Amino acid sequence: MLNQNSIWRYLMVLVVLTVSLIYALPNIYPEDPSLQITATRGGDVTAEKVVQLEQALQKSNIAVKSVVLEKGQILARFGSAEEQLKAREVVNAELGSEYVTALNMAPATPAWLNSIGATPMKLGLDLRGGVHFLMEVDMKTAMDKNVNDLVQVYRVDLREAKIRYRSVTPDLVKQQVVISFRNDQDVSAAKAVLTKQDPDMTFTEGDEMSLIASFSEARLKALREDAVAQNITIIRNRVNAIGVAEPLVQRQGAERIVVQLPGVQDTARAKEILGATATLEFRLVDETADVQSAVAGRVPPSAQLFKDRAGNPVVLQKRVMLTGNHIVGANSGFDENGRPQVNIDLDAKGGNSFSTSTKDAIGKSMATVFIEYKPTDKKDSNGKTILEKKEEVVSIATIQSRLGRSFRITGLDAPGEAQNLALLLRAGALIAPILIVEERTVGPSLGQENIDLGLSAIMWGMLAVVAFMVIYYKWFGVVANIALAANLVMLIGIMSMIPGATLTLPGMAGIVLTVGMAVDANVLIFERIREELAEGRSAVHAIHEGYDRAFATIADSNITTLLVALILFGVGTGPVKGFAVTLALGICTSIFTAVLVSRVIVNVIWGQRRGSDLPV
Amino acid sequence: MRIFKFTKSLDFMKLKIPALVFSTFLVLGSLFSLFTQGLNLGLDFTGGTVIEVQFQQPADLLKVRGALAGNGFADAQVAYFGTSQDVMIRIAPRADLNQKAIGEQILTTLNTVAETPVTVRKVDVVGSSVGEELKEDGFLAVLAALVGILIYVAARFEWRFSVGAVASLLHDVIVTMGLFSVFQLEFDLTVLAAILALIGYSINDTIVVFDRIREMFRKMRDATVDETVNEAITSTLSRTTMTSLTTALTLIVLFFMGGAMIHGFATALLFGIAIGTYSSIYMASSIAVILGASREDLMPTVIEKEGEGTPSV
Repeated sequence: MLNQNSIWRYLMVLVVLTVSLIYALPNIYPEDPSLQITATRGGDVTAEKVVQLEQALQKSNIAVKSVVLEKGQILARFGSAEEQLKAREVVNAELGSEYVTALNMAPATPAWLNSIGATPMKLGLDLRGGVHFLMEVDMKTAMDKNVNDLVQVYRVDLREAKIRYRSVTPDLVKQQVVISFRNDQDVSAAKAVLTKQDPDMTFTEGDEMSLIASFSEARLKALREDAVAQNITIIRNRVNAIGVAEPLVQRQGAERIVVQLPGVQDTARAKEILGATATLEFRLVDETADVQSAVAGRVPPSAQLFKDRAGNPVVLQKRVMLTGNHIVGANSGFDENGRPQVNIDLDAKGGNSFSTSTKDAIGKSMATVFIEYKPTDKKDSNGKTILEKKEEVVSIATIQSRLGRSFRITGLDAPGEAQNLALLLRAGALIAPILIVEERTVGPSLGQENIDLGLSAIMWGMLAVVAFMVIYYKWFGVVANIALAANLVMLIGIMSMIPGATLTLPGMAGIVLTVGMAVDANVLIFERIREELAEGRSAVHAIHEGYDRAFATIADSNITTLLVALILFGVGTGPVKGFAVTLALGICTSIFTAVLVSRVIVNVIWGQRRGSDLPV
Repeated sequence: MRIFKFTKSLDFMKLKIPALVFSTFLVLGSLFSLFTQGLNLGLDFTGGTVIEVQFQQPADLLKVRGALAGNGFADAQVAYFGTSQDVMIRIAPRADLNQKAIGEQILTTLNTVAETPVTVRKVDVVGSSVGEELKEDGFLAVLAALVGILIYVAARFEWRFSVGAVASLLHDVIVTMGLFSVFQLEFDLTVLAAILALIGYSINDTIVVFDRIREMFRKMRDATVDETVNEAITSTLSRTTMTSLTTALTLIVLFFMGGAMIHGFATALLFGIAIGTYSSIYMASSIAVILGASREDLMPTVIEKEGEGTPSV
């Protein structure tokens, strides 16, 4: 018999709509202003801390909704944003610098929804407020560093293999290392030795008894990947250290990194911390060198000229005793004389090598060199900002004893500087400097306003379409409207389920547009039914034929729209991606609801109607 | 309720040449405007800085401009944004100054003019290289969408229909961009998104008509191509109008209620849907017919007999 709903059809519609409804539910609960407290190195989040916090907040007369320990962090909820801000100060004072507190809006989703993983939709920055940065990794500097590192490596390799060389020089323009020798035998010997040591490099014999080492394509690619990947890890560490709830750090394209910090308004500090390339190097002072002649340009080959903070020249050994990447912990504090200092902890490897190199240097002076890349106003031929390397000797101290895995450095100007340096050293040094190429800040009031605008647009848009459909298609219009409501629930449910989907203002526009376009499938079907009726078919056949024939058209026309949405997703960034997601999902859900959901209802009510009259 | 009730099909194909001439004029006019005065590209494409601030009292734009000019921002575009208290300031990218410092400098300047400190609503800083790339990507996206559709329609229908569909889509895109160029409306990333959405919408309409043409070719064995196409367009006319109307309704809501950020988006789609509805009725099929589309092109070439291809027992 025609127009019968099979049990499977009922089941499918029922299951899909129920699941969508459950997952869409969390969106109707409001959000609580809250504090998210995580421990940094040395701190530990325990149940005692929760009690301690509750007591501290009680003492300061701040009403707390709840303080709970979950997933290794403490979440404290408050009734209002003012209380949240007051509480932050209390918490910071109570727990000290071993903990990071972040302001957050925690969804007040009931526990039973949480337990099945139902969470509200993620809101884009344009709806929540916050900062968006697009950063570009400066590959040129990263490669220069690699070339310079190789120069050191080859010197040691050749010395160990007892091959005499005239010079090992970096060629930063071609990104090669040029090694020149005294005779041809040495050239081929060196080539054999180095190729064996470093098979990823390409060694070619140049003219005048030289060997040129250049990076192979695979090696270049690996180096680039490394630079970006490592920078992402480090930026993530830094973001965590600032204390931002639900940050996003993501790679975009070959050399770019997107960082989104919801709720952050102080862009200046965020930029300073994220973009900073500060690291430390420890070198011995070259006591044999004459500072005056070095300033005049006669620097010994094993030494390098630096300046200290006051601008006085200092000659240091080229050999670096320790670099910043061995640092695993750093705290700021004060020394006996009340001057700012940074206490540093090293990893095992760094600790060992530092202990060996300081053992033979007791009584000698060691300099702490602060290295930082700063953007200049100049641009290169590609329009990229040129970075300037700033090296500065922060302190020179005499090595009193063999240094191990922890030690301290002094000579910093201000406590604030010590704090920032400690934070940067903790988070690690960027392997390559980064430039901020795009920055977008959305104030919190604008975010809320955008949400309100979007919601009212969805509501009014929906109302207009609903009224129109009822006027035009009578009872069938009502069915289409039920399908439309189901479509909206499904769309919101799926958007909440997919972890990567974010709702943005253009995304909300996409939902409004979907509302307008979603009825299209029903319009196609209903028009078809009208035609079939006009041709004199019975109600039963008109419904059957109407749905059947319209389906091919609906599928064809929607596949092309889906294609466009996918392309839009590929090209768009941020808010526009949000639009593409809602558009694509909206197409799929509208086919389901307009074809299946409306069919189920139509079948039940008019499926077996005799005669040839339908309220369409 | 019914808007259209036709006893006889309307003769759309009679107007195919005048419609094509009209469309050609529209396209040429749009192209002329695009080449002579170009688009008023938004920050997303040009790079630079846009700052939106809110004053406590209605802001005096002359004073704001004066203060900015006095501080080295003579090129700043200052305009109200929604209300007289909201002000938007746009500054072109500059090479001599550190981009990042601009935002802070402008805020300091504004606070010298305002009696009570202004609140920052939004600050966007985009490097010029990023904008350049976006222009390229946007162009490629439109191209990719058109090529994708060209292939899909050619596979599902026939190359003449495919050319007709893509020509009418190209027409929609160019004329909509022409509107933005003639009135110098700001063309930003959301407008680009709208244009892609428009391609999706317009092809939807076109395919519905094509589908019906295929069906009519099967049904009306003795009719001429023009008659068949007329019948197909007439019978889908109420659907085309209905869908355009409901979509337009929601867009009108967006236009008036969606806020300044969505304004360009709604404008592009609203205009685009009008032009898209026209082009999918007149252009797409007309071009296919002019190119010589015939019944044979859309009929299945091999008529399979029942049971054929299944192994005999």
